[in-house]
Amino acid sequence: MFRRRGDGLIASAMLAPAIAILSIFVVYPLGRAVWLGHLRCDATGRKCRTSGWMQYFDVLRSSDFQHALKVTFVYALLTVPAGLVIGVGLAVLADKQIRGIGFFRTIFSSTVATSVAVASLIWFVLLQPQVGLLPDMLSMFGVMKNPGLLNDAGTALPAIAITSIWANLGFTFIIVTAALQSIPAELFESAMMDGAGGWKRFTNVTIPMLSPTLLFVSVVLVTRAFQAYAEVDLLTKGGPNPERSTETVTYLIYGQTSLVKNDIGLKSTTAVLLFVILLVLSLVQFRSLERRVHYGN
Amino acid sequence: MATNTAVAKQQKSWRIYGRYALLMFVTLIVVFPIYATVLSAFKSGPDSLDHPRSLLPTGLTLDTMRAAWNLGHMGRLLWNSLFVSVAVTIGVIITSVLAAYAFTFINFRGRRFVFGFCLATLLVPVEATVVINQRLIDSFGWKNSYQGLIVPLLATAFGIFLIRQVFMTVPKELIEAASLDGVGHFGLLREVAMPLARPTLGALGLFTFLGTWNQYLWPQAVVDDQEHRTIQIGLDALRSADINRFNLITAGTVIGALPIFVVLVAFQRQLVRGLTAGAIKG
Repeated sequence: MFRRRGDGLIASAMLAPAIAILSIFVVYPLGRAVWLGHLRCDATGRKCRTSGWMQYFDVLRSSDFQHALKVTFVYALLTVPAGLVIGVGLAVLADKQIRGIGFFRTIFSSTVATSVAVASLIWFVLLQPQVGLLPDMLSMFGVMKNPGLLNDAGTALPAIAITSIWANLGFTFIIVTAALQSIPAELFESAMMDGAGGWKRFTNVTIPMLSPTLLFVSVVLVTRAFQAYAEVDLLTKGGPNPERSTETVTYLIYGQTSLVKNDIGLKSTTAVLLFVILLVLSLVQFRSLERRVHYGN
Repeated sequence: MATNTAVAKQQKSWRIYGRYALLMFVTLIVVFPIYATVLSAFKSGPDSLDHPRSLLPTGLTLDTMRAAWNLGHMGRLLWNSLFVSVAVTIGVIITSVLAAYAFTFINFRGRRFVFGFCLATLLVPVEATVVINQRLIDSFGWKNSYQGLIVPLLATAFGIFLIRQVFMTVPKELIEAASLDGVGHFGLLREVAMPLARPTLGALGLFTFLGTWNQYLWPQAVVDDQEHRTIQIGLDALRSADINRFNLITAGTVIGALPIFVVLVAFQRQLVRGLTAGAIKG
């Protein structure tokens, strides 16, 4: 470690750009939002009056926030377990050194290349009733309804969920594949010597060895569900209305039809509540990473 | 004995065929949305998407792509995304390297506190700060500007942390030797720290580039004019332009997805290594 005169000055100069950006655009906005969260304001935020710190609990209890929270939970339930099962299934299927496996792995990883916006627009077109490709297929199972999946209050959220499962598949596949490859082969061999069949090896060796990775992936996917914004904006704008069937928490704050749009105070309250939820999720994520490391050793 | 192994062999080969069949089937499902989108982008006319024959590669044309390119001002959108993403990537690399160097190699008062401060920002998601940042950018007069799109993203706790992890692997003896030889901070940074960090800088650069390119919420919050729109939010505008021509949307989507596809094919290995480094090795 260097210890010289003037080191403090050099350190300050080197840290200044990063600290300035992080202070102005991360810490200050968060603090400001927490402060504004107890106010009711007009859209410009110039005229504010206090509404008391209980405003956080008022918003939390409000039917609008509860509704958005419920939509987000359902969305997470629709996307995360299915995404995990499909992702693990694909990874296990492709986890065999056979000819041409690289091709399949590339295909299964490929959706990682699509942004949320690109994935949403791909599915936006496929899900249009006039386009008919997918709706025709679905109508064979009697799922399809006239206005199209995205315009029906009952099917809009599952339709967005399909988009999200597809778009996240590449990510899940890559992570799980890497985790599978890090399982020591001896474990499978000794299980085989004990006479364990394919399914038994899967449940007794693969799943326990994967569990820390599965925890990590699920937390990432749940976090993405709570951050869901672009897909909602591009596919349904929070609708169909009046049910607001796809209004997630993030969309409640930032959507064009947002109920809190014209009140920077209420908007801040809601954003801070979202922050608290995401904070808990990221703390769980860090814990899952730590566990992962211990298993690795 | 001989027949037994023959039977086992045959069983084994059937298993492999079964696996291939399953792999092919799943591939079709995963690829179908991409295939339908790309194909319709190269077709024109009414049968491009609403008929079973639209899935056959016949009657291909570049007209739809051309129309989408012009109508959607795709060149401008791609340029904006590229400019913003490259600027942010370079900025993040510079701020991360400088800060990580100070945290690792310089012993100054309050170091632990300042590092903790940086690390804590890792927990603040963009969804929590856009409310205020939108107004902040407004008050700077940066609405509808590249500054608004770029400046707030120029430093990340993730970048600082990542590079610091690498710098910490420099052996103490090496630093002391360099110090005795009279090598200054910038000498140490250039000769010792940077060469060591190069692979990690690549990963950080790739992830920063992809993250910036794929943003949606922030560009939508600070830009609403044609001139500064990025590709992600520009695609939405293209859709609004002519809602009845689905071809235009698919063509625009293909154009918007292509650059990232190329980047990922080129950096596939770094991407996988980067993604799994966080999840597997910690």
